[in-house]
Amino acid sequence: MVTLEKRPSPSRFWSAATPVVAVALTMLAGGVMFALLGKNPAEAIRTIFWDPLFGEFAWYLRGQLLVKAGPLILIAIGLSLGFRAGIWNIGAEGQYIMGAIFGASVGLAVFPTDNRLIFPAMIIAGAFGGWLWGMIPAILKTRFNTNEILVSLMLVYVAEKILSKAALGFLRNPEGAGFPGSRNFNSYPAAANPELIAGTGMHWGVVMAFIAVIFAYILLQRHILGFQIKLAGQAPRAARFHGVNPQRMVVLCLGISGACAGLAGVFEVTGPAGQISIDFNVGYGFTAIIVAFLGRLNPVGILLAGLLMALTYIGGEMASTNLGLPAAAIQAFQGMLLFFLLAVDVMTNYRIRLFTKGAA
Amino acid sequence: MMEFCGINPAVLVASLMVASVPILLAAIGELVVEKSGVLNLGVEGMMIMGAICGFITAVSTGSPLLGFLGGAAGGAVLSLMFAFLTQVLLANQVATGLALTLFGLGLSSLMGQGYNGIKPPLTEALNFGPLSDIPVLGRILFSHDWVVYASVAIIAAVWAVLKYTRTGLILRAVGENHDAAHALGYKVGLVRLLAILFGGALAGMGGAYLSLVRVPQWTDGITAGAGWIALAIVVFASWKPWRVLIGGYLFGGISVLQLNLQACGSRIPVEYLSMSPYLITILVLVIMSSGRGRAALNAPASLGQSFHASR
Repeated sequence: MVTLEKRPSPSRFWSAATPVVAVALTMLAGGVMFALLGKNPAEAIRTIFWDPLFGEFAWYLRGQLLVKAGPLILIAIGLSLGFRAGIWNIGAEGQYIMGAIFGASVGLAVFPTDNRLIFPAMIIAGAFGGWLWGMIPAILKTRFNTNEILVSLMLVYVAEKILSKAALGFLRNPEGAGFPGSRNFNSYPAAANPELIAGTGMHWGVVMAFIAVIFAYILLQRHILGFQIKLAGQAPRAARFHGVNPQRMVVLCLGISGACAGLAGVFEVTGPAGQISIDFNVGYGFTAIIVAFLGRLNPVGILLAGLLMALTYIGGEMASTNLGLPAAAIQAFQGMLLFFLLAVDVMTNYRIRLFTKGAA
Repeated sequence: MMEFCGINPAVLVASLMVASVPILLAAIGELVVEKSGVLNLGVEGMMIMGAICGFITAVSTGSPLLGFLGGAAGGAVLSLMFAFLTQVLLANQVATGLALTLFGLGLSSLMGQGYNGIKPPLTEALNFGPLSDIPVLGRILFSHDWVVYASVAIIAAVWAVLKYTRTGLILRAVGENHDAAHALGYKVGLVRLLAILFGGALAGMGGAYLSLVRVPQWTDGITAGAGWIALAIVVFASWKPWRVLIGGYLFGGISVLQLNLQACGSRIPVEYLSMSPYLITILVLVIMSSGRGRAALNAPASLGQSFHASR
């Protein structure tokens, strides 16, 4: 019989190998899924993972990689701090939307202006909006002991309703002939978040994502706060003896992750999305949860995981247009990845033993 | 009786009983799961899988009853994946539950391709004969389909099993202290597996009620957070079955009322009305989690912890 034996300490090898094995297993299972949908699995996998990087249109699609990876990485970095401390913010999607609305509101309030200072002001407003939305579950948790998972998730639905109100009402383009959606930031240069180097997809949000990776790395490796976050997650009791205030941890982690998601939102709405519309959010806040786990809650890992997940988005769109693969297949594929990741992760903490009779 | 903005109170009560069926079923299932010490956050995913599986079964067989069974099977199969990951591979329950929801949303939308805009076979109201002609009460109590009564009966059954039977005692023992239950010789993993399957089947059935009766058609993301509200209702109910019924009817009432207010052209903007169920969920969580009546005190002691029998 097969039994699990707990390892004295997590295996470093398996900790690093888990994401790779999980991706490989997902490709296999995904291939089966694509075959069931009547597509050639090898061709589908190649279209998703290979063509965007090395195929015919790679010159364009490679740029899209950073556009998609930027927000994913930025949000996932924020989430990873909370996840490490055992604080489950799963409402990043809502914080992302609120960041976008706050940021866009500031920009649109002073329309039109040429003053380039408006852009930093919008960014700050966006971070504030996300932070504010993250503070609601944080305050309710510290003050009333409310479950942050449920509250942050409920607030996603509330944010979506506010977004539709914004797109149809208070932020609607007055010159838009009654169509829903705000003014387009691409024709509002002072407030726009343009591509910095043509063809690379690099915009300020991507820059911010890289900065976040570096900051998170330093925080977790070199700073007492990072140590406290890790301690709070791994040994809550020890953390209390160490003097870590759990309330402060909650406010801090939800605040940081909210602000990161808000930043991602405002960069997205002023850049790639271009305007506040009813459905400008495409679920980055939820996919970022997968990115954070796939990156093993490690900043560098998240950077790689974000790029990989961006690849599945782009490749998925390619497969959708070229092979007629339903867009939902990619969503299922991404969910599957998280499953396999969690399944393979058993190897990090446990050894698999073949149980033999007579062994003590 | 007083009529407010064209809303007849008897009709309102009758329709809130229908509206709350999906969350009632999902919540009572999750209550059993949590009583066994497992936190399955994948209710939303299991519900939506139940919604699509039930819909496909009902459309292809023409039988709503088989549709509900199909929905229950869909939810149970997904919950089996959760059980395997958390009970065999000892994965983190919070993360696995999230994975279940993300995967379920994707897979359901994939399976639902080509089912948009189709009407499912009608689930008819039971025939109570002259009883349903009683003024007010007839409308409220004797005008529904069988699932409405089944949802109440299941809550009663769960209550009775948990309170009066040996099975219920074992389930609670496993949830309160899995090490002690293990030492007594109970199969912690098996008990939890069965509880998870039960929760999955009920969540799936609740989802099927959405796509077969409540809406009734298939649209992507049909559950719209109902699974999460069901999770909140378990907290609201402080893990007590009858309070699930109160919680479910409360939320059903709010969603029906806000829809009615939207329909009769209330001055409150539609967006604010439609966010009210979520805001009220938060409010209720705050009230139940704080102060002397702290719901958390009632939570099963082993909730959310993995069990690994080292001896």
